[in-house]
Amino acid sequence: MNNPHRNKLFGGDVDWFTVLLWLLLCIIGWFNIQAAVFDPNYPSLFSMNTNYGKQSIYIFSAMLIAVTMLVVDAKFYSSIAPVLYAITILLLVTVLIVGRNVGGNQAWIPIGSFRLQPAEFAKLATCLLLARYLSANSNRNPNLKTLFFGAAIVLLPVLLVLLQPDTGSALAFFALVFVFYREGYISGPWLLFGGLCIMLFVLTLAFSHWAVILTLAAICGLGIYYFRKKRKIITNLVVLFAICAAYVFCVEFVYDNVLQSHQRNRIDVILGKIDDPRGQGYNLNQSKIAIGSGQFWGKGYLQGTQTKYNFVPEQSTDFIFCTIGEEWGFVGSMVVIGIYLTLLLRIVNIAERQRTAFARIYAYGVACILFFHFAINIGMTIGIVPIIGIPLPFLSYGGSSLWSFTILLFIMLKFDSNRKGIV
Amino acid sequence: MNSLFARKYIIQGIFIVVAVIISARLFYLQLIDQSYLLSANNNVLRKMVIYPARGVILDRDGKVLVQNEPVYDLLVTPREVKALDTALLCELVGIDKAGFERRMTTARNYSPYKASQFEKQIPSTAYATLQEHLYKFRGFYVQNRTVRSYPDSIAAQFLGYIQEVNDRNIERSNGFYRPGDYIGASGVEYAYEDLLRGQRGVKNVLVDAFNRPKGVFAEGKYDTLAMAGDGLVSSLDKELQILAEKLMRNKIGSVVAIEPNTGEILTFVSSPSYDPNLMVGRERGNNYMTMLHDPHKPMFIRPIQAQYPPGSVFKVVSALTAQQANLIDEHTVFNCPGGYRYGGGRAIMRCTHVDGATALIKSIQRSCNTYYGHTYARMIDHRNMPSAEAYELWREAVMKFGIGHTLGIDLPGEKSGLLPTADYYTKAYGNAKWGSSYNISLSIGQGEMGITPLQMANIMAIVANRGFYYRPHLIKGIGEQKIVKEEFTEKISAGVDGKYYEPVIEGLSRAVNIPGGTGYAVRIADIEMCGKTGTAQNPHGADHAVFFAFAPRENPKIAIAVVVENAGYGGTWAGPIASMLIEKYLKDTVTLPKYIQDRIYNADLLPKLETEKPQEVTMAAPKRQAKPKEEPRKEEEVLFVHHSAIMNRYE
Repeated sequence: MNNPHRNKLFGGDVDWFTVLLWLLLCIIGWFNIQAAVFDPNYPSLFSMNTNYGKQSIYIFSAMLIAVTMLVVDAKFYSSIAPVLYAITILLLVTVLIVGRNVGGNQAWIPIGSFRLQPAEFAKLATCLLLARYLSANSNRNPNLKTLFFGAAIVLLPVLLVLLQPDTGSALAFFALVFVFYREGYISGPWLLFGGLCIMLFVLTLAFSHWAVILTLAAICGLGIYYFRKKRKIITNLVVLFAICAAYVFCVEFVYDNVLQSHQRNRIDVILGKIDDPRGQGYNLNQSKIAIGSGQFWGKGYLQGTQTKYNFVPEQSTDFIFCTIGEEWGFVGSMVVIGIYLTLLLRIVNIAERQRTAFARIYAYGVACILFFHFAINIGMTIGIVPIIGIPLPFLSYGGSSLWSFTILLFIMLKFDSNRKGIV
Repeated sequence: MNSLFARKYIIQGIFIVVAVIISARLFYLQLIDQSYLLSANNNVLRKMVIYPARGVILDRDGKVLVQNEPVYDLLVTPREVKALDTALLCELVGIDKAGFERRMTTARNYSPYKASQFEKQIPSTAYATLQEHLYKFRGFYVQNRTVRSYPDSIAAQFLGYIQEVNDRNIERSNGFYRPGDYIGASGVEYAYEDLLRGQRGVKNVLVDAFNRPKGVFAEGKYDTLAMAGDGLVSSLDKELQILAEKLMRNKIGSVVAIEPNTGEILTFVSSPSYDPNLMVGRERGNNYMTMLHDPHKPMFIRPIQAQYPPGSVFKVVSALTAQQANLIDEHTVFNCPGGYRYGGGRAIMRCTHVDGATALIKSIQRSCNTYYGHTYARMIDHRNMPSAEAYELWREAVMKFGIGHTLGIDLPGEKSGLLPTADYYTKAYGNAKWGSSYNISLSIGQGEMGITPLQMANIMAIVANRGFYYRPHLIKGIGEQKIVKEEFTEKISAGVDGKYYEPVIEGLSRAVNIPGGTGYAVRIADIEMCGKTGTAQNPHGADHAVFFAFAPRENPKIAIAVVVENAGYGGTWAGPIASMLIEKYLKDTVTLPKYIQDRIYNADLLPKLETEKPQEVTMAAPKRQAKPKEEPRKEEEVLFVHHSAIMNRYE
């Protein structure tokens, strides 16, 4: 074994930089959870009854989990993937039957004083199985059949999570599109097409679908005129236009008939179609006030009035970024975003240095899931994406979320620590 | 594979682009748009107005006349109101559903973002339970206030009342008052509003999302303390006031007693009165309307607003001014054949007696109309000048006794009384060729002359002081230092030298203390009271009983005027009341025979409601119609005509 690194803890080279970023995020999370639930009348710094007291237990147990993940043999993860996936699917079904309804979502299984959220672990299982399935086919050229089954692996839990209905968690799975892109199952234009679809979705809902279709027709017409000598391009344009128009109608239909009224409301608020500072818009408005009032340096630790006096609902969980924005200001926000971006780029780099397709695909999956949570969670607190209830990884209060993201990350680190060895 | 490896950069690029978009958005939210900081402050900062306690008013011995009692206003900020248990709130506040909706609409119309009054003056008892449930009603909070409370329910017209400011008050105050504030609307509360109201304070309180107070903002750096209003020491003698109000019960009229050597008003009764506590609290509006429509007009401040012909008290002024003008002296004698004939002997102003030769002292003692007819004739007709000019001289001298102009008491609404100018008669008669016989009744304080009970008492104070008075006032000390207003320490001369007073005082003394005098029945043992009964002519019904006096003769301590409307003869009703008050004040006992006291206490002299109008003198517009020379006046031209003139003009 050719191993120049002295550090052989956990049987390989652990990427300590990533571990450090993870630890930093957990610690930042803990302090901000404390600020979010801090009651000036009972200023005890540490109590097991409080959310930050519990969070410290979660963090310590997450550390144990992290160590466990590093100790377990890497092959185990690969072999357990189908079993884990099956268990998760089972749990997702179970939660629909016996789950506890919290905030309109049947997403929790109560276990003693803790509540388990299977959707969080479904991401892990899906990533593992997807990595295993795609890597098994990595010797062949990417083909539609593999893409189809890969997509099915992803879409099965999505379907079950949607039934809870937990749209936020379900959407997170779609971030895995980058995995397919990286592995060559989806080409650049298709990715662009996906982006176009999202754009059309937003535009359709923000304006009327007729306006969107007319605009598209105009652009198409210009394109046909410009490429009037090239029949192939004209054909493609017409096809594309037809698809887009059909899609726009679909969006309209889904919005009107499939989405639930609270989801419609959230979308409408974010698109500025309705101004409702008391209902759906209340969270967003208070969230923006919290972050905006932080200004450059922030109000200081435990000094955020929005945070301290509970103006932002769910502040220790989904809206934890408000506390950061308010008490630590632009500087603090940039630090957190910087740490996240560093972590994401690092994970991509780690992915690319893996020797096995399995490890690489899995690492990309991790990056995608984390990226989605990062972008959507922060985006919703500052009003650039609809409010969908998903946590900010490692920062938000909650055991399920912290543990599942930790497991997700440290399995990847385990693979990485073995990258120079034989998997 | 190489091409796929390059996709790493695309993915990383997307990550970076998204992070940059988020950062740009944060840059805008946190650094460019300042409105969020403001909104955050609006969220948590509540400017709580701390209302100062209004100044307390004490009597001259430091006993409380007006104090403050805590009540609570319920405020609502409509925007913050979330779904709530309307039924519970209504029950706690004591309103119905419709009332709730109406109040919410009013508050929303005022402003959805600002707190406005939902319900005023919730008493402490109701507040206790309301407070326990207040956390359930988001957007509602409570503000402490104080309301006035009157432990003895006396001196209503003097103390006045406070009411919520109206738009005009707010506009005029340059922003001092805000909707929902209280302002003195009458009496001392109005006159001393600037001192009583104190200074509002502001407390910046932090509240949480449920509007629960969470502490002070910036350690109270921007808070201001409420400064309680200045306390006032009234000149009123509470015991005397209580007795006087008791005596005046079921009678219409006034009692004014003045301490002559200071001008401090000891008693200020306007009857019928009302319980000042009725003007406080949630029932105030109804009570106010009831009083406003009360035919006996309890809101009418009789001591300073009712104007009566002075009657006998004016003889005192006549005697003094005539002496000062050297028209008569102590020894001048006029013959009283039982009346004063004038107008060529065809008209007569009768006396109640036939006294023959009458000098000054006797004229006062016996209230001789004849004597003053002659005196007035000398004043107007025999001064080697046109009678209009002579009249003006006379009028000027009379005015120095406080007749015909306001005295400047520290209460709003004081009336000046009535004392016509020479022009008035010249216009009324069409030319200046009128003389004393044209308005001879002025000589005995009848006719076109009206004075308030306060002016009447003040004349007695002038006599008691032998020639001067201090502006009668009700507040003798302001604030901690007991400051006296400068205008109340100024000695004002009545324009008659001191030496001329003795015969008049002797006459007043004899009227009370010599058997047969009009006030003999109400004389006080051991105290030489100087006073007189009077009768004020009332064309609308029974005459008004008047008694005015001061005591003791030397070094007088109290000057008093009592008017009982429609009570007839002054000695029967007004005299005993004045006597009892003087004795009570000087000796703290009342020795008047029990049967007289009982008669006073039990009397009900309220007029039947047909004759409901309180007596008020208005200047009758002079009629320009041509007059027959021998008939200078017609009855209907003047409001007050001497009784003898009415009955016996054409004998």
